[in-house]
Amino acid sequence: MPQVPGVAVYRGRFGAAEAERLLWRAGFGPRRGEAEKLARLGLEGAVHHLVSPSREKLVGPEPHDDKGKPLAPFDAWGHDHLWWLDRMVRTSRPLVERMALVWHDWFATSNAGVDSQRLMLGQNQLFREHGLGSFRELFQRVTADPAMLLWLNGSDNSRYSPNENYAREMMELFSLGADRGYHETDVRQQARALTGFRNDWRPSAGPVNFRYDPRYHDSGTKRVFGHSGAFTWKDSVRLCVSHPDHASFFVAKLWSYFVPTPPDRQTQSALERLYVRSGHEVRPVLAAILRHPTLHRGPRMIKSPVLYTAGLLRRIGRGIDTTAWVWLDAMAGQQLFNPPNVAGWDDTRWLDTATWRGRWWIAQYVVNPYALDPDKASQPADADHLLERALAFWRGPVLEVQTHTALRTFARNALADAKSATWKRRPYAVMTQNALRHLIAVSPELQAA
Amino acid sequence: MNARECNHCAGLSRSRLLHRAAAEAGRGLPSIEPGMPLPAGTGLSRRTFLAHGLGAALAVYGASRLGIRAFEEGIAAAANGPAGQPILVSVFLEGGADTLSVLSPQGDPLYQQLRPKLALAGGTALREDGRLFWHPAAGGLAELHGENKVTVMPAIGYTKADQSHFTSRHYWEVGATDPDLRTGWLGRYLDRVGTPDNPLQGLSLDDTLAPALATAKLPVASIAGPDQYDFWSNRVWGEVETRMLEAFSLLGSRRPDPALQSVGAVAKQADRLRHQLLPFQSTSDGKPAFTSPVLYPQSDDPFPKRLAGLAAMVAAGLPLRAVALSAPGQYDTHSAQAATLTSGLQLTSDSLLAFQRDLEARGIADRVLVHVWSEFGRRAKENGSAGTDHGAAGVGFLIGTRVTGTMVGEFPGLANGLDEDGNLKATADFRGVYAALLEQWLGTDAAAIIPEASSFARPTLIQ
Repeated sequence: MPQVPGVAVYRGRFGAAEAERLLWRAGFGPRRGEAEKLARLGLEGAVHHLVSPSREKLVGPEPHDDKGKPLAPFDAWGHDHLWWLDRMVRTSRPLVERMALVWHDWFATSNAGVDSQRLMLGQNQLFREHGLGSFRELFQRVTADPAMLLWLNGSDNSRYSPNENYAREMMELFSLGADRGYHETDVRQQARALTGFRNDWRPSAGPVNFRYDPRYHDSGTKRVFGHSGAFTWKDSVRLCVSHPDHASFFVAKLWSYFVPTPPDRQTQSALERLYVRSGHEVRPVLAAILRHPTLHRGPRMIKSPVLYTAGLLRRIGRGIDTTAWVWLDAMAGQQLFNPPNVAGWDDTRWLDTATWRGRWWIAQYVVNPYALDPDKASQPADADHLLERALAFWRGPVLEVQTHTALRTFARNALADAKSATWKRRPYAVMTQNALRHLIAVSPELQAA
Repeated sequence: MNARECNHCAGLSRSRLLHRAAAEAGRGLPSIEPGMPLPAGTGLSRRTFLAHGLGAALAVYGASRLGIRAFEEGIAAAANGPAGQPILVSVFLEGGADTLSVLSPQGDPLYQQLRPKLALAGGTALREDGRLFWHPAAGGLAELHGENKVTVMPAIGYTKADQSHFTSRHYWEVGATDPDLRTGWLGRYLDRVGTPDNPLQGLSLDDTLAPALATAKLPVASIAGPDQYDFWSNRVWGEVETRMLEAFSLLGSRRPDPALQSVGAVAKQADRLRHQLLPFQSTSDGKPAFTSPVLYPQSDDPFPKRLAGLAAMVAAGLPLRAVALSAPGQYDTHSAQAATLTSGLQLTSDSLLAFQRDLEARGIADRVLVHVWSEFGRRAKENGSAGTDHGAAGVGFLIGTRVTGTMVGEFPGLANGLDEDGNLKATADFRGVYAALLEQWLGTDAAAIIPEASSFARPTLIQ
């Protein structure tokens, strides 16, 4: 991979632990043996493998609902979430799915306004197919995407009745940033340029027949960012992407999805140059971020609820076999296709007392099918052995000494309680094992990577 | 799907959880030896508990070995803490509520012209300004206003209003037109008067924390409802369960990595909150842990239930100071405004009326003041989609027995009251209202909380 002038590359050891972190940042965590396999490619090979993956293979059991029936992602409530979660769990192209999640947050569209899982999944497919290519191409497709047209009133916006909803958000949230290089007049002028999209409504089918109809387009001259012309929706996107404030917005926002601390000024401007010179391509910028030393050696990032869930399932090789993940992830603050608003999720505020409880229940539902029967199973009556077994259940995650101590203290106390009566010995050791597995899953080390 | 169905689903899931909890509890635990412990909490009547007051009931729980030390601290906090403190409840109308519909200026000659499709007719006129009429769906607020329990702010905001939802909302949340401020205005109030061991002092009745409550140093809490904060693990019961839940806070020991540290810190807060809310957990047969003296609107939206729970928490003497929740409804009405606005406004207004009546029936109405706000109003001229685009000054209310009921700022009129973009100009600044609430209601120095507080005029808000 070519060296990018001005952007540092991580040169330290790239073993399984480093590969595991990369898989968390660029995907949904490792499946069994995956980190070791990726580490053997070296950093360059690993990043190449992620940004230019071969054809997708889905690995693992097929998804189904609690009754064993296949998912109905277009029709059944929440099955859209399950369908995508399954892709995250089983995909062989984790970065493609991870970037789709980035774009879902970036161009945050909610089914609360669209009310069609079919159209939401159509937009999702767009993110999957174009998520690593040209940003301009992606932005254009999003602008004309039916779900987005409904969500921000794009198909309500006509020369006869302008609606500036999309015009504002395309600059504020999608390409420039709030109050950066545009004014209220630009919002209104862009709204005029964006006119012409239409759709029909059918009582049986809802929104249909999305199209561009020039008769509804305001063909007059608009003045946007100081340029004048008979701009159309494509010009509208082009003007945003070629705006001098766009590259800095793009780089800072993309970086923030992968590294918790902002890039230094030199890195920021080098990535901006790379982005502009590549013709607004996502892939080279992404590859440079994934090789950056701060990603590999810097502070950890708190996992989003969906990343947390998918990661736990990948870790133990479990597929989607219950619909509970929909409301559990919602409880933890992230139901896919239902971001809180057009600004997407707030990545700096995943955790509070309510969402922490959501994670407790996610972890409980992950371990629940494997819970041992306190009346029948048997486990060693020794805190260290119990902890060793519980760690093996999760394929040996690395915990800090504070967590180790807390878990061992819990196990010792629970086993000490059992000494008060003989009947307690066996069930207490088994329950301690069940509890340890659950506690490990909610430990700080498994909630951040 | 919409939020309503989603909540419906969460409700179903919750009842499933409870059902399983009940099944687990009565699962025929081996009766081989006497003295076999029942799952923690089984058989305790939470209602009796509430009726008998906090201290006694906590003693009952304390006897079951459930986090004794934390309970003792909790008792101390509740007994010595701010039980008699005034409480401010912030209710957010998300999306930019349309002032010209909530209080329609039917007496303004330009109203029909600007709103050919959307103009409202009829409703109750405001006694302070005969041009303005309550939206028919806001009858609950009109009723309370008639009793002098509502202060109306018909054009509240700030000059040069930002028309981004996120920027403007942020300004309101942080109490300053400062995009970089990271603490909420109520969070800064709590940092000043709160304690380090009481997450309930700032309570977000929501699925996530309301940014207005974001503190710099003290803990605050977020829960979907006071009866929804249970933790358990399948096939872990009795003493082991008690030990397991105690281990929560052990996980929160200090770490050098900021992400690990913050996960641990939230675990500790969750542990403390769990203890505070134990009395509000439904019994294992699914019965609610509290009852309300009045009827709240029946809805799949959690708003009325959250208000009912809040009234019960205040009545139980829990140490609350600032509470935030979001009103039901969709206020970003770019299209099909008439129907969209009406349903949300109706439920919001009816629920707030029930909440006020509940507080009055419990005799605690003098301790609570509700502040209703939105990030901005909407464009005076309707758009082509039978909706309205983003505007400037918006509408707000203060509700409670202690408000003056005197209008804050006046309605500026549509002939001279619009700015160059055709948006309503603000006649009162939200920061002046915050400063007045801090000084007159919460009894603290606004200068320490609102940047440049001295530059904003304080209306008289409290009798």
